[in-house]
Amino acid sequence: MDTQVAKDIVLKALYEVAPDLEGVEVKSDADLRRFYDIDSVDYLSFIIKLHKQTGRDIPEADYPKLTSIDRAVAYLAEN
Amino acid sequence: MPMLGADMEKGTVVKWFITPGAHVNRGDVVADVETDKGVIAVEIWQSGDVEQILVEPGQEVAVGTVLAQIRSVEDKERPSVSEPKIIAESKPSEGEIPQRAHASPLAKRIAEELGVDLIKIKGTGPNGAITRADVEDAAKILKEIPQPTVITEAVAAPVTTGVPSSDQMRRAVAAAMVRSKRDIPHYYLQTDVNVQKLMSWLTEENRRIPVTERILAVAPIMKAIALGLRESPEFNGFYKDGAFQRHSDINLGMIISLRGGGLVAPGITAVDAATVPEIMGRLSDLIERGRRGKLRSSEITSPTVTISSLGEQGVDVVYGVIYPPQVALIGLGGIRERPWAEGGMVGAAHLMTITISADHRVSDGHLGSRLLNRISELLQNPEAL
Repeated sequence: MDTQVAKDIVLKALYEVAPDLEGVEVKSDADLRRFYDIDSVDYLSFIIKLHKQTGRDIPEADYPKLTSIDRAVAYLAEN
Repeated sequence: MPMLGADMEKGTVVKWFITPGAHVNRGDVVADVETDKGVIAVEIWQSGDVEQILVEPGQEVAVGTVLAQIRSVEDKERPSVSEPKIIAESKPSEGEIPQRAHASPLAKRIAEELGVDLIKIKGTGPNGAITRADVEDAAKILKEIPQPTVITEAVAAPVTTGVPSSDQMRRAVAAAMVRSKRDIPHYYLQTDVNVQKLMSWLTEENRRIPVTERILAVAPIMKAIALGLRESPEFNGFYKDGAFQRHSDINLGMIISLRGGGLVAPGITAVDAATVPEIMGRLSDLIERGRRGKLRSSEITSPTVTISSLGEQGVDVVYGVIYPPQVALIGLGGIRERPWAEGGMVGAAHLMTITISADHRVSDGHLGSRLLNRISELLQNPEAL
């Protein structure tokens, strides 16, 4: 998957769980949970949205690989 | 105007979904109401036909104000005008009336005869005492179509939707917390629960099921708490009018922190009868809608016990403040790996510290300990939850 496409998907999913981040400059390497206060229910919701947009199953073991925008983009782009 | 939370004093109708002549069924959403906690979809708890809308959108009115008149099915059989059906009970916020209203014995007797609640009357006698004339006036007013009380200090609040300012929300929570600490003699108990089996079971389950159905630890924990409460009814109910009333349903409220500040604690009903996947689904939905300010009135008022889960922030133990009129609050700390001694051997296990803050007018340490132990026990068999 193209990196830009992946980034669009990641940002869209992120803005759905945290609408206050839209339009704000987000640090793409910041930990979503600690820096942007995304709790586990929202994080799961974020992952589910990524799954729905890409059709990829994301195993629970891989959750720690998507904890920042950069990491999530890299994860999706690698396939 | 229903009381959607122990500290609520006023609200504003944002939008009506009914018109005179329409028929409503119990559970229908009749209006969107704005409160300190956001816009709440208010449901009606009786069926009937709408006779008249009394409060227009944009008007801020006190809790207890009659918003609309509904002629219920029973009313149709009685031709004479009776007390207008109020959509929700008017409950004065307990902080406002530190003592019962003073009324002369004659006023009290007349109030009783006329079926007037003294609490609703503002006395005009010396020191605000309620006189016979006050009672008779109130009785007359209740028989006619009452004028809605409009709060004059707050000029009709601008109609807004969604989540109110974090400042407003904080004040709303603060009011409830002040009342809680003033009125409820809290006691606190804690226990460390070994959740190793729970975590292993969760990992296994989540490996099998699709991502859209995955479960977080909080769901089976809520189920265990609900099952524990079944056996400890002294923690499930409301303290009102000087007495504890057990509640037959176990509705767990979950404290949700809102992005930008503020808290709401909507409830999931009948958790003890729900499956863990159902609880997970309903919790996700509730959290999403809570953050967007789209909760229903029944969700705000349903909780019989509230849970405060702060584990993700990294705290080990939570000593929460009970939300009146509830009588207990369960705190969940972070799940963390710690040394664990068992059978003379030391290993590592995942632990969670669970606490209960409870009302000492209703229960005591012995009962509280039993409840915590039972929850801990239930969590050792996650497959059975």
